[in-house]
Amino acid sequence: MAKTIDQYFDDLRDTRVWRSIFRSGTGSSTLKRALAIQQNVFLHLFSTKVRTRMLSLSATWYLGTLTLGTFVILVATGIPLMFYYHPSVPQAYADTKDLQFVVSSGLFLRNLHRWSAHAMVFLVFAHMFKVFYRGAYRAPREFNWVIGVILLLITLLLSYTGYLLPWDQLAYWAITVGSNIASAVPLIGDKIHFLLLGGNAVNANALLRFYVLHCMILPLAAMFFVAVHFWRIRKDGGLYSHASEPATLRAQTAGDSAAAAKEAQ
Amino acid sequence: MADEPKKIDDANRRQFFLKLGLGSLGIAAAGSAAFAYQYLEPNVLYEPSPVVNEGKPDRYPLDSVTLDVNSAIYIIHSQEGYFSLSAICTHLGCMTAWKPELGIIACPCHGSKFYVQAEDDHKPGDKIEGPAPRPLPWKRIWLNDDGDLLVDRSTDVPPMTRDSLVRV
Repeated sequence: MAKTIDQYFDDLRDTRVWRSIFRSGTGSSTLKRALAIQQNVFLHLFSTKVRTRMLSLSATWYLGTLTLGTFVILVATGIPLMFYYHPSVPQAYADTKDLQFVVSSGLFLRNLHRWSAHAMVFLVFAHMFKVFYRGAYRAPREFNWVIGVILLLITLLLSYTGYLLPWDQLAYWAITVGSNIASAVPLIGDKIHFLLLGGNAVNANALLRFYVLHCMILPLAAMFFVAVHFWRIRKDGGLYSHASEPATLRAQTAGDSAAAAKEAQ
Repeated sequence: MADEPKKIDDANRRQFFLKLGLGSLGIAAAGSAAFAYQYLEPNVLYEPSPVVNEGKPDRYPLDSVTLDVNSAIYIIHSQEGYFSLSAICTHLGCMTAWKPELGIIACPCHGSKFYVQAEDDHKPGDKIEGPAPRPLPWKRIWLNDDGDLLVDRSTDVPPMTRDSLVRV
């Protein structure tokens, strides 16, 4: 009798190479499935078990996941853009034009990067509104809300630093105005302005600094805080707080919770 | 009994080394912070010279306002003499523009407006309206030996003084 596709996969999972990479072993028992999550470096910060209702669209509208999705698109499109872009005054604007009119698929990559950036800012705000109105910022999730605010600031700074890179009139004056807002900080405002631009005016130093911030420092900071953010979701007991649900929904799922409590014992 | 003082001595020595270690790390961290700050602050700037040559005074007719876009300053020839105003709006740094039909200087970004003519209650550069917090500053202006007008954009001077007004 011919083997089914599932059986071929089972054979593959029994091979020595597969077993050396994935140590949790084969089989679909609860333990094996839990180990598959727990022993994977990329998945180990997730709960080994999660209620399907927690992953339903109504719980989050997937806004946080969609935000991560746009971030992944931004990294995936941003890195190829870096192959053609020189962060220097004579070349930056010409390179941007080249990406639009000369480089194959350059227009697609640049537009995808731009629209994803807009979408990410929108989704971050939508995500925060959802968390706020759902009451998901309350104990024990207060710290994760703080991490979220840091991620909001990083998102806005990524937007702001990326805005200068095309080096056109819009970019130049937007950064001139924006960096002058930083000067309004009491006492150290002018110092911040000088350090941010690497000079007194938006110039070659400012372009290079914004490029390094945009392509290196801020994405790394974002990845670091996203990792903490996701880890905290799991450690704080899931995506949202049961107590914040409407009373009718709580009553419906009371049986569920009782069963879960019994199971835990 | 004989061991006890030695024990106390040991604990103190351990604490001493702990403090020494933490103190050294603290000093090293402060040094690194100072080092990073100094590194990020450029010592030499490849920016245009703040002193610009604006040419012979007779280029500017009486009662004229001339914007030098590249230097971001106005050269104004009034009855009192030649003077120079910064063209950078004091609100958020946009470049202002001379509006000859209105006889004022206006900023395109957020709508600040500035006087050019002197009256009893205001001087050139003073704000008419808008969010700008300060008047447009007057820049130091003088004639060099060749008879050219020079303006130092890095130096603000009080209006209507020897440093801010050139009479030919």
